Amino acid sequence: MRYLPLSEADRSEMLRVIGAPSIDELFRDVPAEARLKGPIHNLPSHASEMAVERHMAALSRKSMAAGDVPFFLGCGAYKHHIPASVDHIIQRGEFLTSYTPYQPEIAQGTLQMMFEFQTQVARLFGCEVANASMYDGSTAMWEAIVMAHRITRRKKSLISSGVHPHYVSVARTMAKFTEDQLETSVPDLTARTDIDRLTAAIDEETNAVVVQYPDILGRIADLTPIAEAAHAKGALLIAVVTEPVALGLIKSPGEMGADIVVGEGQSIGVGLQFGGPYVGLFACREKHVRQMPGRLAGETVDAEGKRGFVLTLSTREQHIRREKATSNICTSSVLCALAFTAHLTLLGEKGLRQLASLNHARACEVADRLAGLPGVALVNESFFNEFTVKLPVEARPAVHAMVEKGVLGGVSLGRLYPGAEELENGLVIAVTETVTDQDIDALEVALRELVQ
Amino acid sequence: MTVNPSGWRPTTPANTQGEAETVTGNRALMLEEPLIFESDASETTGVDFDEVPQHPRRLEGLERSRPIGLPGLSEPEAVRHYTRLSRQNYAIDLGLFPLGSCTMKHNPRLNEKVARMPGFADVHPLQPQETVQGALEVVSELAQWLLDLTGMPSVAMSPKAGAHGELCGLLCIRAALEARGDKREVVLVPESAHGTNPATAAFAGYRVESIPANSAGRVDVEALKSRLAPDVAAVMITNPNTCGLFEPEMKAISDAVHAAGAFVYCDGANFNAIVGKVRPGDLGIDAMHINLHKTFSTPHGGGGPGSGPVVLSKALAPYAPLPFVERDGDQFRLVEEETAGEHHGGTFGRMVAFHGQMGMFTRALTYILSHGADGLKQVAEDSVLNANYILRSLEDILDAPFAKSGPCMHEAIFSDKGFAGGLSTIDLAKALIDEGFHPMTMYFPLVVHGAMLIEPTETESKASLDQFIAAIRSIGERAKAGDESLKAAPVHAPRRRLDETLAARKPVLTYRDPEVAEAAE
Repeated sequence: MRYLPLSEADRSEMLRVIGAPSIDELFRDVPAEARLKGPIHNLPSHASEMAVERHMAALSRKSMAAGDVPFFLGCGAYKHHIPASVDHIIQRGEFLTSYTPYQPEIAQGTLQMMFEFQTQVARLFGCEVANASMYDGSTAMWEAIVMAHRITRRKKSLISSGVHPHYVSVARTMAKFTEDQLETSVPDLTARTDIDRLTAAIDEETNAVVVQYPDILGRIADLTPIAEAAHAKGALLIAVVTEPVALGLIKSPGEMGADIVVGEGQSIGVGLQFGGPYVGLFACREKHVRQMPGRLAGETVDAEGKRGFVLTLSTREQHIRREKATSNICTSSVLCALAFTAHLTLLGEKGLRQLASLNHARACEVADRLAGLPGVALVNESFFNEFTVKLPVEARPAVHAMVEKGVLGGVSLGRLYPGAEELENGLVIAVTETVTDQDIDALEVALRELVQ
Repeated sequence: MTVNPSGWRPTTPANTQGEAETVTGNRALMLEEPLIFESDASETTGVDFDEVPQHPRRLEGLERSRPIGLPGLSEPEAVRHYTRLSRQNYAIDLGLFPLGSCTMKHNPRLNEKVARMPGFADVHPLQPQETVQGALEVVSELAQWLLDLTGMPSVAMSPKAGAHGELCGLLCIRAALEARGDKREVVLVPESAHGTNPATAAFAGYRVESIPANSAGRVDVEALKSRLAPDVAAVMITNPNTCGLFEPEMKAISDAVHAAGAFVYCDGANFNAIVGKVRPGDLGIDAMHINLHKTFSTPHGGGGPGSGPVVLSKALAPYAPLPFVERDGDQFRLVEEETAGEHHGGTFGRMVAFHGQMGMFTRALTYILSHGADGLKQVAEDSVLNANYILRSLEDILDAPFAKSGPCMHEAIFSDKGFAGGLSTIDLAKALIDEGFHPMTMYFPLVVHGAMLIEPTETESKASLDQFIAAIRSIGERAKAGDESLKAAPVHAPRRRLDETLAARKPVLTYRDPEVAEAAE
């Protein structure tokens, strides 16, 4: 077997050194009745690289790849072009096949990269500090809510109806067990977000208001007033960013007063991958850093006075604090963080602005084209690269009908909010730099046929 | 064989004293690399774009007015930056990485190739299901293998890593207890457990109580049994445990826990030792996470992404999280909130935005198909053989607290008992770095003072193990003789020992421009 270097001669020699008559002797602590006699029945035996590759390639061909068709899906995962060098960098064996950097003398590569990542995330989000990654945006949001609970010692969080429904679903699942109180609702198909209503609802029991920016329908709202209102009642503002490319063009939540900013980093450097692995982003104020979850790389010096980096503030973490830790997270998403930081370094400030501008301009163009179709109304007044249209027909079957035309034409609100009748004509359309003129034509043709 | 056809002589190293300073600070292949923020590169970019069409903006008047502070590098500079950084990392591709309980085995490159196939890598999580059948089939096929290998009836695929899987298991347990109106508040965790176990139990809203280990490195079964009471919701056990030993009374423990109305959670971090040899389902376990990034060879990537599917017993299966994949003839269906009600009303809910770690599923399935049932059995046997070879080759030089109780499983535990001159585990570990090895897990598990936990894995050759053993024997001799020079180790690594106290006392977690940092002092 190609992954196992021991020869039969090695095995015999090693058993002799050990003083065991057979390999079974080494498993003698396993009760005999629990020991399997041979390989598990009815399962295939080992296979050649060629055979496995052939099998997997056949499975791969059963899916419709985003890159092969006109593609307009967003809602928390975005198709952006990833420079070839990013995939090369994350496949460097020294990054790919290393462990969490517990031995800093021989892990400076990962640690310096984490430190650079933390700095980029903090600056992009307009915060003072950021950690070295979470699993994804949804779990980062829940961690932010429990962090706000710890800081304010209050149990109630107000979650905007503009937050991704799957993120809300994760928080609700967790809150059932921690007895945190979450107030949530379903969004209205209107141009305005629910920020005014939320602002009015903040009270002395509230630990945090959670808003998404841009929100699930693509809308953008100034967060300054709600940040001020939250602070006036001793609550925190948590902002969720599922499309960080937007921050190349619009103000960061931190600049507008958000206390904790979390997000999904997938759209910079990480492919769609059917939902994972992705990379959770987490940033906050320096004064709250000891309440923060997750790994942190920090700067220090070595015995010769040379600058170096280590994992730090570990007294927050499970391997030191056990049941008193800020979170149970251990392995997070460092390789995806590397993809994020490498892509963002290639972009730089200039490239990120260009990328963001291109996305926005493309989205404006598509929004105008679709709004010209009979019966189709653009819901948004503001948006970045994603907006919602209201169709004269139910959007969910429309999405399936567009598949028949070879177009992946957006995410229906019926998929995201099953049962919410007032949303069932809503279709969320994301337009990135990868969309071509022909793609737009195909979408327009497919939709026109459906609405006529 | 002619070595010097041109007649050149091999170089003779001069009799040097220490290392001369270089102008650059570099030492041949050891290249220093500044932070990206230290380059003056706000206008540099390594990505070319088409011209942006002019369009009135619809950004609610929220355009950025100030610079973000993100440096850019051209492609050659970026590739060099990260390549230079990469060379300051140790990795399994470079050599033995014997971190106990971490299973640092070779990461096959076929896995990487397959994970990048467009039908897996380039599909959106919210695509209509008829367009993602290949991806769903991978989830289903891997799930079936995990069930067959563990002898369990059900598996939750969405948890993102081991600790997230623990959380999934405990939430299933909590949901099952609540469904029968049974409010229990305590989770019992052996003191040898990974830190994630008690942290997870607390995160799931439980009070944690510790169970002692006995002198043979196993759970003290009598102490455990005597603590079982109607307030105990679950017991979290690691098997094989963190001392590298199988818990021989696992079935009896499970029976006692079940008799007390509680559930058994098994930390599957060490599944590599028993894959294809023993099925947790035969030991009475109710829930166990499987670290795909350990047993099933998906890369650790410097700290993730991981993937932690959780196999579940019949009693817990109805409470499994959403979403999951169901097979319907030759079609595959994703069951989400909307469709769960029909057959799966007990689900405790959703743990992640989408469907779990697809990129890890493809890699793990590729690995499993490569090995097959026979190969996986050989994996467990070779990993246990390698660990016992290390145990017996070192037990005369290092204290091996449980060596007398018999063979170990996939990892061997030693301690620094007998080291002289104030030397301890860390000094041996750091000296191993100079010998070209990654150190073992240090000071864990907590039940052994000065623990050194060595897990070689099955992908090490005998020659590699022999070299490692020779290095430890030499360092061990020096430690027992009180050789002070060990305290200076490592001397050949990119950095000497780093000041972790300073890092924690005055945290510097992001780069600050020198003038800003100075103003803040």
